[in-house]
Amino acid sequence: MAEIEIDVRGQTCPVPLVECRKALRKAAEGDEVIIVGTHAASKKEIPMACESMGLEVLGIEDKDTEWKIRIKR
Amino acid sequence: MTGKAVLVVQSGDMDKLYSALIIGNGALAMGMEVSMYFTFWGLERLKKGGLEKGPLSKMHFLGLGKWMVKNRMKKANVASLEKLMDDYKELGGKIIACDMTMEIMGIKREDLREDWIDECGAVGTYVYEAKDADISLFI
Repeated sequence: MAEIEIDVRGQTCPVPLVECRKALRKAAEGDEVIIVGTHAASKKEIPMACESMGLEVLGIEDKDTEWKIRIKR
Repeated sequence: MTGKAVLVVQSGDMDKLYSALIIGNGALAMGMEVSMYFTFWGLERLKKGGLEKGPLSKMHFLGLGKWMVKNRMKKANVASLEKLMDDYKELGGKIIACDMTMEIMGIKREDLREDWIDECGAVGTYVYEAKDADISLFI
């Protein structure tokens, strides 16, 4: 099981969502994808995308304007 | 895959191409299947080197408005149409080029970015795919 980290800090719509999807497609089952970003809407929308794809969000962390989302593939 | 989105891209305006590609990418990112049908002025943008050539639909002002908007987009770190198209293809988005437009506008298949195009089709292809789609848009 691997951890894949992607950094989309400073990126705006639709890049965080798209990069998240790209990482999830490349990940193997059981891998964890960790995505770090600053785009406020994506903090809401990445979990929405996970829900629609039936993937589990392991946690959402906040620090100032930054967020970190962990997803189980 | 959960659900399907089909988009008709009839306009070749820069801002509308942004809308189309952002929605297309967003739908793919949400796990949907996506097809985009390029017709008329939209198809012109699939010509080699043509993607960024479209005017603004409003406030183009002979290119000055577009230049200003592009500057603002650069400051806001908005992705280029070229990158959005690459992402769209990488995520498995489909592109269909309108047969009839190619004929009436004298566009040959080799004038277009053939690496982007999955197939050439007519209205039947759109209707067939759109009839069981969850999202269908005309841009």
